[in-house]
Order: sequence, then C-alpha cells, then structure tokens
Amino acid sequence: MIEIHNIHKSFAGKKVLDGVSGIFETGKTNLLLGASGTGKSVLLKCIVGLVKPDLGSVTFDGTYFTNNKLDIRQEIRRKIGMLFQGSALFDSMNVEENIDFPLKMLTDMSRSERLDRVNFCLQRVGLENANRKMPSELSGGMKKRVGIARAIAPHCTYLFCDEPNSGLDPQTSIKIDELIKEITEEYNITTIIVTHDMNSVIEIGDKIMFLYQGKKLWEGTNNEIMDSDVRELNEFIFANRLMRNAKQVEDEEREEQQQEQEKQKQL
Amino acid sequence: MLQHFGKFVLFITSLFSRGESPRILFNRTIDEAILIGINSIFIVAIVATFIGAVTCVQIAYNLNNAFIPRSTIGFMVREMTILELAPTITSIVLAGKVGSSIAGGLGTMQITEQVDALEVMGINSASYLVLPKIVAALLVFPMLVILSMFLSIAGGYVAGTLSGELTAQEYITGIRDEFISYNVVFALIKSFVFAFLISSISSYRGYFTSGGALEVGAASTTAVTNSIIAILIADFVLAQVLL
Repeated sequence: MIEIHNIHKSFAGKKVLDGVSGIFETGKTNLLLGASGTGKSVLLKCIVGLVKPDLGSVTFDGTYFTNNKLDIRQEIRRKIGMLFQGSALFDSMNVEENIDFPLKMLTDMSRSERLDRVNFCLQRVGLENANRKMPSELSGGMKKRVGIARAIAPHCTYLFCDEPNSGLDPQTSIKIDELIKEITEEYNITTIIVTHDMNSVIEIGDKIMFLYQGKKLWEGTNNEIMDSDVRELNEFIFANRLMRNAKQVEDEEREEQQQEQEKQKQL
Repeated sequence: MLQHFGKFVLFITSLFSRGESPRILFNRTIDEAILIGINSIFIVAIVATFIGAVTCVQIAYNLNNAFIPRSTIGFMVREMTILELAPTITSIVLAGKVGSSIAGGLGTMQITEQVDALEVMGINSASYLVLPKIVAALLVFPMLVILSMFLSIAGGYVAGTLSGELTAQEYITGIRDEFISYNVVFALIKSFVFAFLISSISSYRGYFTSGGALEVGAASTTAVTNSIIAILIADFVLAQVLL
C-alpha cells in the first residue's frame, strides 16, 4: 500500500500540486486520472522520488520515503518497477539486455538464473524470441511490453505506469491494460497508472483518483465514475461523444429497468 | 556563470556518492574507452599527420636563411608538436568529436527518460553514466596525444623530404636535437587536464538537458564551445605554471 499525504509542488511559482492526499491499495490498479497539465505525472514522479515535493510525504507499506535516509529510499526504490510514457528502453541494449539490466544491477542472481528470469518475463508479456531485437526494431506496443517486462523482472512490489496507452492503437491499448491488471493481481503488487484514457478507466480502474488543477476532486471506482456529480469530472469524461452515448444508453437502460420494476410491483 | 560553476561542482561531487560496484564501473569504463579511443583514432591520425606536414612546409618556407641549418626545421616541428600541436589541437578535435557525442548521448537519454529509468531503479545515474566516461577519457586521451605526436612528426618527415625542403638526415638530426623529456611530461599533463575538461563539461551539458531534440542539439553545440574555451584557458594557465 502506498500512502501520500498533503503533496504540494510548484515550478517557478506555478502551483502544480496542491495538497493531494490518498491511498493506493495493494493488488489493485490505482488510476490517476485527469486532463493534460493537471499534475498527474508530477504526482507520480513525486511518489517515486524523481521530483521532490515542496511539502507532504509518501509512505510505502508504512515506511516513510520522502526525506528519509538515502539507503532507506534506495531500498524502497529497488522494489519499484516503472513503465515510462516513451518506454525509456536503453537504446544501446537489445531487449534481453534491457530486461537483464535491473537484475544485473540489483540482484545477486547468476547469469543463467537471470536469463531464465528474462525469458520468463518476456513470455509473460507475450514477446517470446524477441531477445535479440533492438528497441529501434520494436513497435510502440512491443516497447511497452518490454518496458513492463523490465519493470517486473526484479520482482517489484510497486508498479508505476506513466500513460501506458499513449501512442497506441485502441486494440493494443486494451491488451496493455489487461496485461498490467493481470500482473497486478497475479503478483499482488501496488500499481499506480497515470492516464487520461477513459477506456483504461472503465476496463481496469479498481480505484481512481481524479486530479483537476493540481487538486484531488474525486476518488472512487470504475463502477461509480459514470454517476459522479463532480462537474469537472463529468466534463472530462463526457467530452468524448462515445462516452456521452454510452452514458445515454446506460441511463435509458436504467430507466427501462425501473419502469419494468414498477410495472411488476403494480401487477 | 557562477551558478553554472556551482552546479558543475555539485555534479562532479555527485559522481562519487553511492557509486556502483567497481566491477560494473570497470566494465563500463572499458566500453567507454573503446568508444572514445578506437573511434577517434582515424580523425586524430588524419589531423596530426597533416598538421605535422603543414608545419614542416611552412617553417621551411619561413626559415629561408643560409645561416640557419635545415635541421632546425625538424627541431621546430618536434617542439611545436610536443608542446602545443599534439596535446592542444588533438584535444580541440576531440572536443568536437567526443564532446558532442557525450553531450548528445546523455541529452538524448535525459529527454527519453532513460536517466529517470536508472534513478527509479535506485542507480546513481550520474555515477553510472558519467564517471566511466571521465575515467575512460583520462586513460585514452594521453594515448591519442602520444599517437598524435608520432604521426605529426612523421607527417613533417614525409612532407619535408618529399617536397625537397630538407633531407631525411637533416630532419632526423633536427628532431633529436636538444630533446627535453620534460616537454613530453608537460604534454601528457595537458592531455589529462583537457581530457577531464572535455568529458566533464560535455557530460554536464548533456546530463542537464531538458526539452526535446532541439535542446539536445543545443547542448552538444554548447558542450563543444565550452570545452574549447576551457581548453584554451587551461592551456595558457598550464603553460604559465608548468613551464
């Protein structure tokens, strides 16, 4: 479980995060939702320690992270896997070397043990036999998969994904979402995903935190989000015509159900 | 300016905090040494040979006096090569080639979040990426400067004898005349200092790149410009202090 408390962050006098607090549960896909420029990625970077918050704290399973001793922060960081927006694969290394890298740097595993783990992770993300390919030879979806494989290779406890669907077609996006959800549940890890993709919200949003202008405006599950009464959230969700149609259909179905129930009661 | 200097000092200090294991750093240093060294041999060889040749021809052109022995041309080529041309010109060439490569590589890693990926893994990215580059440059630059000395003097020999400005015997007599071994030591000290300046300044510029492809290009250009200015200032200071 990851707990954030009263996170504030400003850049050059401009407030990006304004007292964000919340709990991200283990074994669930926790989503940070919001429009571009609302501070989602900055919050994620504050949590993993890439950006130091001006105020506030982050706790990983009860261990204080922000401003703690360097070796404790390092210890926590070694349990973190992160999938970056652009995948951030090391250009000079092939797929196998990319996934092997954290194992080589962070564990005492032998070469053969590491190779077994690399092959297992590649198989887990559906990229068997891609060991020798260079990042430049991979498609966007494959890069994301390799990024996930690299993140989970050292048996991470916390998985962070910064817009895992950006630049992907809808089908590949769904596959990546499903993969992240499966991995989260299978290994019982705490996953935080930054997204503005409503498909992801509906498909895998076990717990959703909606950010607006650096503030947390709403928190709930994917089943509750469509019925929210927060104006900014509704504007965000229903900016898309598909979502408006979906909502209309859902409302109509609900109305029909209610009418049927009333008829049955009258009978 | 002062702000950059302070940030640079902090950056260099950060290379030595929470470093990776010596085995990993050793392997990375060897890789970097190959990249910096082997890939620069061709350009260093071409530049050194032609500079030696041009120096010889131009000295011969200016030294057209019956009272000055022709062997003086060889002597002057050697002195100029060892004291200035080999260490300084080679370093300026390397500032262009190696410096831009270091800044561009690190800048690209920074904007594509590869540096962040290292940090998230709990690895000191500055130490892991930059320290091996600096150590490799310190190892390889003196070797390239020594190679440059030999080729420059050889270039002078070929140009001088082929153009008929002086005989082979006169050139060899000249380059053996009043040889001061300290000058080679001085040249090697310069090459160490220049290696540090080029690799650290370029790394600093590349490591702190933010933005996109345009900024990576700008970082490379700034790295080369700053490195060359630093080389020229250091060249003067070292000459004042050590000669």
